[in-house]
Amino acid sequence: MSTRRDFLKTSGFLVVGLSVSGLGNDLPLEAQRALGAGPYPDVDFRQLDSWIVIRQDNTATFYVGKTDLGQGTGTAFRQVMSDELDFPYDKTTCVMGSTDVTVDQGGSGGSDALQTDGYPMRRVAAEARRVLLDLASSRFGVPVSGLVVADGVISVAADPSKKVTYGELIGGRKFNVTLTGNNINATTGAAKLKDVREMKMVGKSPRRYDIPAKVDGSLKWAVDVKVPGMLHARNVKPPSAGAKLVSIDESSVNKMPGFVKVVNKGNYVAVVCQREEQAINAARALKVNWQKPATAPFPTSENLFAYMRQASPTLSNPPAVVGNSDAAIKGAAKVVEAEYEIPFQGHVSIGPAHAMADPSNDQLTIYSNDMKSYGLRDGVAEFLNMPRDRVRVVWMEGPQAYGRTAADDAGFEAAFLAKEVGKPVRVQWMRNEETAWDTKGPAFLVKTRGALDAQGNLVAFEYDARSADFNHLNYNEHDTVLVAQLTGARRAMPNQGSAARPEEVYAIPNRRAAMHVVSMPLVWETPLRTGNLRDPNGPQSNFASESFIDELAAAAKADPIDFRLKLLTESKEDDSGFKRARSIAVIKAAADAYKWDTRPSPRTIGSGEILTGRGIAYAIRSQTVVAEIAEVEVNRRTGRVWVKRLVCAHDCGLVINPEAIKRAIENGMLHSVSRALYEETQFDGEKVTSVDWVTYPTLTHNDVPETIDVVLVNGDPNPNRPDLPHYGAGETICKPTMAAIANAIFDATGVRLRRVPFRNARVLAALKTANV
Amino acid sequence: MANITLRVNGTSRTVDVDPATPLLYVLRNDLDLHGPRFGCGLGQCGACTVLVKNEAVRSCIRPVSSVAGAEITTLEGLAKDGKLHPLQQAWIDEQVPACGFCQNGQILTAKALLDKNPTPTDAQIRQGMANTLCRCMTYYRIQAAIKRAVKATSTASARSESEVIA
Repeated sequence: MSTRRDFLKTSGFLVVGLSVSGLGNDLPLEAQRALGAGPYPDVDFRQLDSWIVIRQDNTATFYVGKTDLGQGTGTAFRQVMSDELDFPYDKTTCVMGSTDVTVDQGGSGGSDALQTDGYPMRRVAAEARRVLLDLASSRFGVPVSGLVVADGVISVAADPSKKVTYGELIGGRKFNVTLTGNNINATTGAAKLKDVREMKMVGKSPRRYDIPAKVDGSLKWAVDVKVPGMLHARNVKPPSAGAKLVSIDESSVNKMPGFVKVVNKGNYVAVVCQREEQAINAARALKVNWQKPATAPFPTSENLFAYMRQASPTLSNPPAVVGNSDAAIKGAAKVVEAEYEIPFQGHVSIGPAHAMADPSNDQLTIYSNDMKSYGLRDGVAEFLNMPRDRVRVVWMEGPQAYGRTAADDAGFEAAFLAKEVGKPVRVQWMRNEETAWDTKGPAFLVKTRGALDAQGNLVAFEYDARSADFNHLNYNEHDTVLVAQLTGARRAMPNQGSAARPEEVYAIPNRRAAMHVVSMPLVWETPLRTGNLRDPNGPQSNFASESFIDELAAAAKADPIDFRLKLLTESKEDDSGFKRARSIAVIKAAADAYKWDTRPSPRTIGSGEILTGRGIAYAIRSQTVVAEIAEVEVNRRTGRVWVKRLVCAHDCGLVINPEAIKRAIENGMLHSVSRALYEETQFDGEKVTSVDWVTYPTLTHNDVPETIDVVLVNGDPNPNRPDLPHYGAGETICKPTMAAIANAIFDATGVRLRRVPFRNARVLAALKTANV
Repeated sequence: MANITLRVNGTSRTVDVDPATPLLYVLRNDLDLHGPRFGCGLGQCGACTVLVKNEAVRSCIRPVSSVAGAEITTLEGLAKDGKLHPLQQAWIDEQVPACGFCQNGQILTAKALLDKNPTPTDAQIRQGMANTLCRCMTYYRIQAAIKRAVKATSTASARSESEVIA
């Protein structure tokens, strides 16, 4: 059996997750074993010791299989687990997402960190508390019912002088308690969860523990990993999508300083050098002869929507139908039609994709910020044909871009290069690679049709979406990642893909929602490959549906909020998550916070240079409901839109850390403002031409709203119930922002923008066309 | 390759590198100073910012030879005598960072801004920070933190109550 000491001798780089604990090294054997030099079997989720370590000095570390994308989930995990354990929050630490020391909770994704994964965390902590109470009961000869527990100290109720700390009971030893459950999400012991009203840390806002080291420069990030003998690599990407490699002139670089090797397989090319700047220079200097594909890999971005309109779908889902929309539209007093266009948008991380892989000891250790570290481990093992227990991923903090980014690709590339070279290799993408080749949020084209009766009631709503999301990639798969595509190891057929439907719960008697997927001509080895970008389809579908609801409200000469509330109160039925009741609550809360004046849009158009308006949109994602109001100023002379004020009312059930969640909501809204106003991946017929921050503009300090108000709402009909669920929070707010802004622009100007982004020139042209 | 002596965070350090090497890689890879980070290599985003003679400089496009002998401060060198700079403290009090990757550039750009203009208007803050990008979009809190630091610095007892508990 390997020990921690062996690991330190053979690797030279300590597992960072544990180095941050700073709470002593007296780990139980189980955790020590996991630190060894391999093999690295899966951590057993049915062992309590895999989740919680309590030390003699009465400190504890929680081991969770999640990753924190800079939203404070690690802090929230500590809060809920401390609460269930009855242990002082500030005596805890949290280790996340490294495949050999934490159970496979899948890393991050889907905004489900608390909604799903929070429950096994709470249950194992509750079980540890139960076991500790049993131990204390034996020690004192007092039944558990005669014991009192607070802050990690158990005392005898009848004689408070008799007390013992958790550390004294279990510190330095293993629980040796087997848990049950068919899968990790179902992991449980015998203990029951607490009544959420009795939780002390839940609902408080301890400061995020990760922030001080991010502010003083002391945090070691994945991008900082360095081991003795480590080499640096840079990729050489095809100059146009689908280009085939003809030849490489290695003599163009092999005399350059620090040159080690050109690695090539299929269309994948990388240069490995001693130093980082040497690898950058050599990758730029390498002469490669490429052959462009015979047919264009995709249309130009100017022609994207014309292409999507005429393309035959590769997939059409059976439409979801309620009533008979055709008949209702035929008999309607007023019919409204519209079409909405949302382009490809990039993740565009501030720090390009990177990873370091160390092949020492015939194992492979990958240091990565990939949000799905377990998937990376599994995929790399399969890609390189290695036993899974010889590969591990050490998860470390990194730049975030809110979805499945090229961090996946870099992890595979580092592993591939390390195996090819036989030494530790660090790879990082350059800015042009990141902006052009990182995965994209899919473009959408949505047609809508709606009908009002003579009283202005909405009687029919048709929605027909085409996504250019072939969604052929799952993530971290050995036969779909970019290096697999470029080296020829990809699978034969892509996945079918998907589009998206609106998720509101309006009561509309006749509805039809259809979804189609259209494919770009080139599916593989393309910089337009799609990957989940914050939601991943919701901002697109919600932009169309919530803009269109606004258009219908305007056609009915109704106030946009009144119109929505009417659609939500038409029905009295609700689902088990009370989404209808909670939708009404957030819309009302947003209106109150904004001090909404009830009137139809548009307002009377002003005569000055600056036109002001406000718009609302609302969205559901999974069980979380939000309403957002944007106030905009539109500059009539320049076309510039400034989002001056944002109000969000947000109901994600039980809130663990209000201040952290407020910031996540603020940042999510601003990310979406950036996508609404500026972001578009542009391409000519052969390559992506958005390659840096000038050609892919985003929101800047100059654009920040004057005020942002976030109202946390608990719209549950029984708001004080003991089992109030904690739903996901990260992504829902990204859905309604685009529509809220478009609706505000309409309110200000009377002009409806149906094509994202609302850059100055597009807005100005629309104003001119409408003579505003 | 050539021997170049740098003054970084108050200490002299000599490195043997190609003089054309961007300062960023020397700081990160030779001197193990990881505050500055690679973001674009084009001087567009600011993630690599360091202070050279109190000016915010993009180290990804600054040849190391051009700053030989000049006083360089990285994020690691901003705290003095174990005490965080008021901007760093404001960043914590305001709970600014999300992922935190760009915050090096945000803090150091703000430092250079306040050194020149200790009491900037909102518009001056926006303008002064405009070329320093954040992909998590923490801009709203960054601006709040700058104002908080200004307040904390300009009035001795003005350390405003944090709305988050310690």
